[in-house]
Amino acid sequence: MRDADLIIIGAGPAGMAAAATAAEGGAQLLLLDEQPRAGGQIYRDVGVNGDTRPFLGKDYAAGRPLVGALDAPGITAEFGATVWRIETGRRVVWSRDGISQVTTAHHVLLAGGAQERPVPFPGWTLPGVMPAGAAQILMKSAGLLPRDAVLAGSGPLLYLIAAQLIDAGAPPRALVETQTAGMMLGASRHLPRTLRAAPTLFKGLALIRKIRAAGVARHTGASGFKAVATENGDIEFGFTAKGRAHRLVTPLLLTHQGVVPATHMSRAAGVAHDWCEAQQSFRPKTDTWGGTDAPGLHIAGDGAGIGGAEAAQAAGRLAALDILHRLDLLGEEARDQKAAADRAALDRALAIRPFLDAAYPPPREFLAPEGDTIVCRCEEITATDIRRSLDEGANGPRQVKTATRAGMGPCQGRMCDLTVRGILAACGTPPSTPRARSPIKPVKLGELAALASYQETST
Amino acid sequence: MKPASRFLTRPDQVGVVHMTLDGEALTARPGDTVAAALLAHSGAASRQSVNGSSRTAFCMMGVCFDCLIEVDGQPNTQGCMTLVRDGMALRRQRGLRDIARSDADA
Repeated sequence: MRDADLIIIGAGPAGMAAAATAAEGGAQLLLLDEQPRAGGQIYRDVGVNGDTRPFLGKDYAAGRPLVGALDAPGITAEFGATVWRIETGRRVVWSRDGISQVTTAHHVLLAGGAQERPVPFPGWTLPGVMPAGAAQILMKSAGLLPRDAVLAGSGPLLYLIAAQLIDAGAPPRALVETQTAGMMLGASRHLPRTLRAAPTLFKGLALIRKIRAAGVARHTGASGFKAVATENGDIEFGFTAKGRAHRLVTPLLLTHQGVVPATHMSRAAGVAHDWCEAQQSFRPKTDTWGGTDAPGLHIAGDGAGIGGAEAAQAAGRLAALDILHRLDLLGEEARDQKAAADRAALDRALAIRPFLDAAYPPPREFLAPEGDTIVCRCEEITATDIRRSLDEGANGPRQVKTATRAGMGPCQGRMCDLTVRGILAACGTPPSTPRARSPIKPVKLGELAALASYQETST
Repeated sequence: MKPASRFLTRPDQVGVVHMTLDGEALTARPGDTVAAALLAHSGAASRQSVNGSSRTAFCMMGVCFDCLIEVDGQPNTQGCMTLVRDGMALRRQRGLRDIARSDADA
């Protein structure tokens, strides 16, 4: 006897869309999310914000129906629920308010989404340096607006945040971009395919026009990032662009180099992963329904490869249809028929990716940093420490971890896995996917002990 | 000197939650996370790392653990995942945790 037909982990666009489709098809499901409210990061708090923050734009407001659709028979949603173990046999162990419990189901759908790619450079651990996406989360969830911020890095999210800040009356002081004219030129060979995603492309161009019209200073081809704290706690941000050294003083330096799949859960669940060169990230191997090599486990959305919110919704629905089929709630033909519209939507949403991946690649200085730049924020391990461990014979991520403690802190490598991989690759030994082990989030010993007695009484 | 908040607050939220930070009064907006409340309050460090360097909340989505803080006696709580509550007592963590001993006794 299982507790549910399906457990969906993550209430972002993929998880919410999947939940609605699965419930509509007659499945009893449990939706778990670590955050206090539904929406994921892209639609963070969209259900409670109403129309109070119009500067966040129409694409953000578009998430509201997804949150509304969770109020359906068949869906039990639990928030503040941190999953820390997925067992074969489809047992999910999750914690809330210091109490862990086990839920079983016939199927599990991971919809854990993405995290921002770490952007390591000298000074990136200082108060006053944050990821740009983190600042956007504060705009959505707390109505906080970055004050005289400098946006630095690469990718469309920087344009969106700059435009949102302009609309909110708090324009950024400057936009400092790392991509070069050469990268844009190289990316233009993908434009014919991108024409299918013309609306997305036009949206991006409109954002750039808005930033220009607002008179925000803009630099491109920037490199050599460095941040130091001034006496009054501001950040002095140094970089080089077009052969000239620049210095900007700002209370808040917001960096960004795109997002990457959050793979701790899928790796710990034993799913096979590979390296995606175009997106410079690990990602789980999935079939066209989001199915994996782990029995009963599907993955949908950015956690299976970065595609954005619209792609995530389509992928979530596709996974849900396949799960309904496997639950004998939907015939194969009906599944394929219902899937047609979502497949088309997915193709359309993904059409712009090759262009974006090529136009806004993360520069080598962030992928494989050198010198005193901190790689592991938790344990404060530098690029030099990692490189020295390689010189001393460490031949992969596990030995680097043992030798240096990189990845042994509370974030469990979420902030340094990719950088350690980048340094290993730069030194000639690109490693296989590093392992992740349960518990994939820190759990107190007392909580584990309490779980043992829970299992004894419940079996 | 306490650096000013690096953020502007918007007047679109009502109500106030009263808490303490290292024994001093701190107000926040209902519905905020502890990490957001601290960033709105000041630009100062909310934690010191294992080597004693200053940190503030970083990723705001539960990934990086830079927002760790003691909440009502519970050390190593993720401030970005915890909603503010009236009467909440926050204490900033300095360096490594000791077993069964909080900063209050250190």
